[in-house]
Amino acid sequence: MKIGIPRETRDGERRVAVTPDVASKIQKLGFSVAIETGAGDAASFDDAAFRAVGIDILKDRKTLWSDSDIIIKVRAPEDEEIQLMRSGQVLISFLWPAQNPSLLEVLAAKGITTLAMDSIPRISRAQKMDALSSMANIAGYRAVIEAAQHFGRFFTGQITAAGKIPPAKILVIGAGVAGLAAIGAARGMGAIVRAFDTRPEVKEQVESMGGEFLLLDFEEDASGGGGYAKTMSEEFIKAEMALFADQAKDVDIIITTALIPGKPAPELITSEMVHSMKAGSVIVDLAAEQGGNCALTEADQVVKKAGVSIIGYTDLPSRLASQSSQLYGTNLRHLLTDMCPEKDGQLIVDMDDEVIRGATVVKDQEITWPPPASKLSVMNKSKPEKSSISESVSMAKSKPSRLIPILSLGAGVLALLGVGVVAPPSFLEHFTVFILACFIGYMVIWNVTPALHTPLMSVTNSISSIIIIGALLQVSSAEGPIMWIAGITILITSINIAGGFAVTRRMLDMFRK
Amino acid sequence: MSGIVTVAYIGATILFILALGGLSDPEKARRGNLYGMVGMGIALIATILGAVTDHHLLLAFGLLVGGAIGIILARRVQMTQMPELVAILHSLVGLAAVLVGFAIFMDPEAHFEGVEQTIHDIEVYLGIFIGAVTFSGSVIAFGKLSGKLSGTPLALPGRHWANLGLLVITFIVGWQFIAESATGVGSSPGMTPLLIMTAVALLFGIHMVMAIGGADMPVVVSMLNSYSGWAASATGFMLGNNLLIVTGALVGSSGAILSYIMCRAMNRNFFAVIAGGFGTAGGISVDDSSDSGDVVSVDSTEVANLLSGAKQIVIVPGYGMAVAQAQHTVCEITKVLRDKGINVRFGIHPVAGRMPGHMNVLLAEARVPYDIVFEMDEINQDFPNVDVSIIIGANDIVNPSAQEEPDSPIAGMPVLEVWRGKTTVVLKRSMATGYAGVQNPLFFKENTRMLFGDARESLDAILREL
Repeated sequence: MKIGIPRETRDGERRVAVTPDVASKIQKLGFSVAIETGAGDAASFDDAAFRAVGIDILKDRKTLWSDSDIIIKVRAPEDEEIQLMRSGQVLISFLWPAQNPSLLEVLAAKGITTLAMDSIPRISRAQKMDALSSMANIAGYRAVIEAAQHFGRFFTGQITAAGKIPPAKILVIGAGVAGLAAIGAARGMGAIVRAFDTRPEVKEQVESMGGEFLLLDFEEDASGGGGYAKTMSEEFIKAEMALFADQAKDVDIIITTALIPGKPAPELITSEMVHSMKAGSVIVDLAAEQGGNCALTEADQVVKKAGVSIIGYTDLPSRLASQSSQLYGTNLRHLLTDMCPEKDGQLIVDMDDEVIRGATVVKDQEITWPPPASKLSVMNKSKPEKSSISESVSMAKSKPSRLIPILSLGAGVLALLGVGVVAPPSFLEHFTVFILACFIGYMVIWNVTPALHTPLMSVTNSISSIIIIGALLQVSSAEGPIMWIAGITILITSINIAGGFAVTRRMLDMFRK
Repeated sequence: MSGIVTVAYIGATILFILALGGLSDPEKARRGNLYGMVGMGIALIATILGAVTDHHLLLAFGLLVGGAIGIILARRVQMTQMPELVAILHSLVGLAAVLVGFAIFMDPEAHFEGVEQTIHDIEVYLGIFIGAVTFSGSVIAFGKLSGKLSGTPLALPGRHWANLGLLVITFIVGWQFIAESATGVGSSPGMTPLLIMTAVALLFGIHMVMAIGGADMPVVVSMLNSYSGWAASATGFMLGNNLLIVTGALVGSSGAILSYIMCRAMNRNFFAVIAGGFGTAGGISVDDSSDSGDVVSVDSTEVANLLSGAKQIVIVPGYGMAVAQAQHTVCEITKVLRDKGINVRFGIHPVAGRMPGHMNVLLAEARVPYDIVFEMDEINQDFPNVDVSIIIGANDIVNPSAQEEPDSPIAGMPVLEVWRGKTTVVLKRSMATGYAGVQNPLFFKENTRMLFGDARESLDAILREL
């Protein structure tokens, strides 16, 4: 099948869906790949680089759109591009089906099978195709770089002969992929980084990136399935806003990444908070495209309000075009590899595959979005019930277990009494020694360091050969068989005594500091 | 004379306790071993002077030849073969207990009246039984550990009933033995039941150890260690000899505690291990439905780069390191990295390997300093600060499902929490599961890298890259 890669037409979009490297790998799957001339220019991949790996360069935009069986691109197609398409084609790109229901209808009417890169389910098997994560990672990094650009100070603290420079304090709101990448980048530049997220389980991840996790004195879990957050209760939001108001006075840079899938971005930084920030502070709003987390954000603009620069760029990944094309292309290639299991250049849209099902938003003139709830999140939901059941089971189990020690103690006392009644004194004397020795052994052995358990076994083995005494007492017997048995016993126990001690010594000699 | 012998025995007892107590620390352990030898020497000399009146030649022959064989064995054995050596030495103690039991039984001088005779008979019977089980069990364990027998558990149908049957036979025959011995009819009263029981006990030992395998071997080895002690103790009761009773009890409780520690480290019930097979109680549930994902494999160059860039490294060795004899290469790598100022430590799981303390001995042999070798509990809380963890031929002991999946067959087993570190490198021959037959989600974690191949070759390649 023919794959066509058009040039991105949206303003400021520098990315391209594939790099020469990725394109040649896609060719190896049996597809023929053609690219529109100049598609990779903005991402520093010129036509020559594509031609070098055997990719066709098409001058004519119309032929590319109408001749290809599969169109792969970055941004969702514009209206005039859809005009060029025909029924039966496959389109793979970012689509944001929740935000663009009309686009889905147009594509369905035209009969174009459409896969949205942003709708690939976030399960571990699909991680390699998760373009949202790879783009978010870049956006998070770039957000810090943009902040540094507009922030008139050092990130790292220094003590110089000319005085002390305090380190910059950065608050990252939302510790998803972008947030974590921002934390890592800011930490790497020396800033003090704090992070907040409604999902308490990301605390460890924040700390692993070197950030400090701000805790809210409030109990509510926000995991909404698929690694996203859900909308929180009113009390929670109030407590959260109080925290942000507090932090706004203290920090120099705020980076917000809070998004709830399929909904406008929640407003977290109010106009008052912006006014309470120090002059020269910076806010980077990664949610600008979905309305912004800050009340004063203007999409695609940098605005200055009350001395605070508010950055609302929506093209952060595109600002690292070369690398983001590389990552996006690789995500695409993984998706194509999964959809072309025979490597024969035939694309199969397998609706039984959870990943493909999730990504496919239009098939056979029908809108197939949203997909049915994934198995994974259903499993997650059923889990708590299960654990509560097992808890009650274990509680039921623990009740009789209290009886067992009492029963065994009673049995032990009875057994001892029984022995005491029938056994002669000579036996009881030995029995006393035996019990005491068991206790001494118990005390002594618990002190043995686990590193020396092997020497412990060889040395106990050696001293248990003290059984040789039994043979020594018998060896002088006048009876032939007894004498011979004793002799053999002496022989084998001697092996044990000498061997056990010698090998223990050899091992212990190896334990050196 | 008997007073002096008794005093000598008390001295020997004290020295034995000191020998075991010394093992609390590697520095004291060498002196402890010396105490043990002196104690054994005193006990032997006192007994020989006090009791041996005849057949000195046979005695000397036995002591010298046996001693020589023992020392040669100890010198020749490879450290990776320690589990086999320990197992075969256990079998000798068991055999000795059986032989001494028979000798005492046949001794015409040892004759008592009434209850004392019955107790003596029970002691003999029990001593021979434990000895025989120890003997045959240890021989099988030796076979399994040395690879002469298959390591997989032999699961005969109805094996629990078979075991129970053997035990019942032992009781019935024991009853008959005591009855025959008490009446004293015939040329050698009680000999036939005693021989039958010995055969049954041998079978029992074979069957018991055949049903256990793989990663449960540390429990088996320490359990046999325990049995050999109880066998010695039982012999002490027959002879009315306190030194034997005490020493046997010390060894017996030592082995019992080791078995307990090993079982706890696998979160398994002792009886479940002895009954054989893995997870027979709960049924093996290998969860294929869970989303397993992809593994990221790397080559030795990348691993070497990872290691050079790290500040904190933890190496977790498993049975695979012993099989590949890779401990010397590991030590070389450790040296190179430590010379670069990288903090390299070892994390040892209690049941890593086929014997308690197996990994420690191998690392010690390769001259890894023991103060950088840590136990699981000591190192587990440090993993979040660790840059790279290297897993060498280990599987179940680093399996996160023990903590994360309550339905997993290994749920609740303490494990080394390597996945909390920044990067984990797993050296493995293939994607096969470990002994527990459970898939390991560690391999699919985002920060895990797999280096497939023989551990020795992989590590050699890494060492060259460094």
